[in-house]
Amino acid sequence: MGKDGIGTYGIGSHYRKRGELLKILTMTNRILNRVGRAIFTGFAVVTLTFGMIRLMPGGPLDYMKGQLLQNNPDMSQEEVNNVVQSYVNVNPEAPIYAQYIEYLTGVATGDLGQSVYYQESVSVIIADALPWTVFVMTMSIGLMFGLAIVVGALMGYAEGSKFDVASSVMGIVLTSIPYYVAAVLLVYVLGFQWGWFPTGGRMASDTTVGLNVPFIAGIFYHAALPIASVVLTGFGGWAIDMRGNSIRVLGEDYLRVARLRGLPPKRIALRYVGRNAILPMYTAVLIGIGFVFGGSVILEEIFSYHGVGYYMFQAISSRDYPLMMGAFLVITLAVVVAVFIADLTYHKVDPRAGGMNRESY
Amino acid sequence: MSHTDDDRAKSDGGVPSTDESPFDTVSDIQRSRWDRYHLALETSVFAPARIAWSDRRARVGAGICLFYFLMGTVGVVLVEPPAVNEGPTMLRPFVNWEYPLGTNNIGEGLMGRIIHATPPMLKMIGSGAVFTTGLAVLIGTVSGYKGGTTDRLLTTFTDILLTIPGLPLVIVVAVVLEPQNPYLVGIVLSVNAWAGLARKIRSQVLTLREEAYVEASRIMGIPTRRIITEDLIPNLMPYISVNFVQTGKNIIFASVGLYFLGILPFSTPNWGVMMNLAYTTGASLYTWQTAHWLIIPMVTIIGLSLGLILLAQGMDRLFNPRARARHSEAIADEEASAGTETN
Repeated sequence: MGKDGIGTYGIGSHYRKRGELLKILTMTNRILNRVGRAIFTGFAVVTLTFGMIRLMPGGPLDYMKGQLLQNNPDMSQEEVNNVVQSYVNVNPEAPIYAQYIEYLTGVATGDLGQSVYYQESVSVIIADALPWTVFVMTMSIGLMFGLAIVVGALMGYAEGSKFDVASSVMGIVLTSIPYYVAAVLLVYVLGFQWGWFPTGGRMASDTTVGLNVPFIAGIFYHAALPIASVVLTGFGGWAIDMRGNSIRVLGEDYLRVARLRGLPPKRIALRYVGRNAILPMYTAVLIGIGFVFGGSVILEEIFSYHGVGYYMFQAISSRDYPLMMGAFLVITLAVVVAVFIADLTYHKVDPRAGGMNRESY
Repeated sequence: MSHTDDDRAKSDGGVPSTDESPFDTVSDIQRSRWDRYHLALETSVFAPARIAWSDRRARVGAGICLFYFLMGTVGVVLVEPPAVNEGPTMLRPFVNWEYPLGTNNIGEGLMGRIIHATPPMLKMIGSGAVFTTGLAVLIGTVSGYKGGTTDRLLTTFTDILLTIPGLPLVIVVAVVLEPQNPYLVGIVLSVNAWAGLARKIRSQVLTLREEAYVEASRIMGIPTRRIITEDLIPNLMPYISVNFVQTGKNIIFASVGLYFLGILPFSTPNWGVMMNLAYTTGASLYTWQTAHWLIIPMVTIIGLSLGLILLAQGMDRLFNPRARARHSEAIADEEASAGTETN
C-alpha cells in the first residue's frame, strides 16, 4: 500500500492500476470512517444535551415549571406543560422515548426551542451569532498556529542562540497567562483607559453589512482585541513544542543524506524539516480547536462581542435554559465539524496515517 | 534492573566452591527491610527529583510551587483573615505596611484575601489533577494494552469527549450541579479534561506493549492488571507526572475563569471571585485608582501557573534518556559502594 514503493517499478501497468484503486479504496474507507464518527459524535452530543435538560432532578425542566407556577398560580397543569413544550421543544408529560424522538426531530429540523429571556426562537438568535464566533475563532486559531510554527522553527534552527533563549522565556511567560486575563488587561488598558480599541460590539455602527471597505475594516477593528488575547497567550506553548520537534528532526539521518545529496536549503527546510516537524502538531490543532471555541464563552462576554458564547453566558445569567442548551449544542457541533475538516486533511500531511492492525490481548 | 546486573557480576566474579550446587547458593548481600524501602524510594523518588533538580527551570518552578504551598498552609496561620472595614477603602499597594497589597472597596486587606483563598485553590487543583490523571491512566493503559474491541470502544468514547469543548460542558454541568465543595469543583472542572491525556498515554502504551519484557510477562500468564500496574505504569511514570503538573495548570485556568464569570457559586474565597468583584464593580474600569484591585489577583494566578509550567518543562528532562542514564549510573555506584560497606 506504500506510496511509490520500490517494488512497483518495472511491474506492469495492470498492477500499478490495482495499486491506485486500492489507494482510492482505502481513502474512501477512511473518509467514510471519519464521516461516521463525526455523525456519531454529533448524535452523542444531542443525546447528552437532551439528558441534561430532561433527566437531571431539579434541572431545567423542573425549574421552568416551578417558575411558571410561581408567576401564574392559577395556571392548570396542562397549560404549564404546553408553555414548557413551546420553550424546550419537549412535552414533559410524554414518555421519555417519545420526548427523545421529539427532541431529535426538533434539532434535525433546526428547531431549538424558544428563548425565555429574548422571547425569540433560539435558532434565529444563534444563526445570527454563529458566523461572528466562527470568524473570530478561525482567525485566532490560524494566526496562532502560523505564528507558533514560524517562531518555533526559527528557534529550532537557532538552538542555543540568544534569540532562542529569549523567545523560550517569553513563550513560557506568555503561556502562563490565562487568555481571559490578557483579554481583561487589553480591554482595560487599550479599550477603557486609552480608547484605542472599541470595548464592545462586533461591527462599526455607521456601516452597512456587505462587501464594502468600512464594514470589513470595522469587523477587523472590533475583532482585533479578542483575536489578540487568544493568539498572544496561546502561541508560546505551541512554539516551544514546534521548537522541540524541529530540533529532533534536524538531528535525523535522512536530513544528512538530503544535505549530502546537495538539495537546495529551501527544499530541505520546507519538505524535510517543516513537514516532519509539523506532523506532531496536528493533534494539538485538533484539541486546540475545541479549547479555543469553548473559550468563546468567557472571551465574548469580556468584549461584549455578540457571538454564540456571549448568548450562552447571557442565558446562564438569566436562567434561560433553552438558549443555554442550544448554544452549547451549536458550539459543540461547530467543533465537531471543524475537527472533522481538519482530520480529513491529515492524510495530506501524513501519508502513513491509517491502516494499523494490531493484535489484541 | 541495575542490581540484578550487579548480582550477576558478583556471582560471575566470585569463586563458587565446587561441591556446592549453584541452586543452594544464597546471595551474599543481605538487605534489611529498611534497605529495600530506601532503595525503592531512591529509584522512584530521589533519582527523578535529582534529575529534575539539575534543570534550572525545574528549580525555579518547584520554588514557586513551594511558595504557594506555604502560603496555603503556614500563610493562613500567620496572616489574619480579611475583615470588612479593617482599613481605609481603596488603599494603594506598598503605601501602608499594615496592608502591603492595599485594600479593596470595602476596606479588606488584599493580601489577607489572596492568602486565605489559597487553600481552597490548592484543594481544587489537587483533586482535579488526581481525578484527571487517574482516569486518564486507567483508560489510556487499558485501551492501549488490550487492543481489539476494548480499545475501539474506549477510544470512541474518549474521542467523543475529546471533541466536546471543555469549557461549555463544564459550565453546563456546573450550572446544573452547583458544586460548592472545592474538591468537587476540581472534579467537575476536569469532567472531560482526562480524555486528551488518556489518548496520549494510550499512544505511549502502544510502543511499550511490544517490548520483550511485557511479552515475557504475557507468556508467563501474568494477569493483565498486574502487567499494567507493574510493567507499563512504572515506565510511564515520568510522562504521567509531567502531565499531572500540566493538568494542575489547566484546572487553575478553568476554575478562575468560571469564578470570574460568576458561574460557580461564590461559596469559597477565590482569586477569580476577587477578579470578578474588581471587574464588575461600577466604574472601576474607567480609572487607574483601582487598578491594583484587579491586577493583584491576576499576578497571583499567573505566578502559580508559571511555577507549574516551569516545573513541568523541567521535569520533561526525565524523558531525556541521556540525563536519565547518567543519574541511574550514579544510583548503581552508590548502591555498589553501600553494598561493600555493609559487608
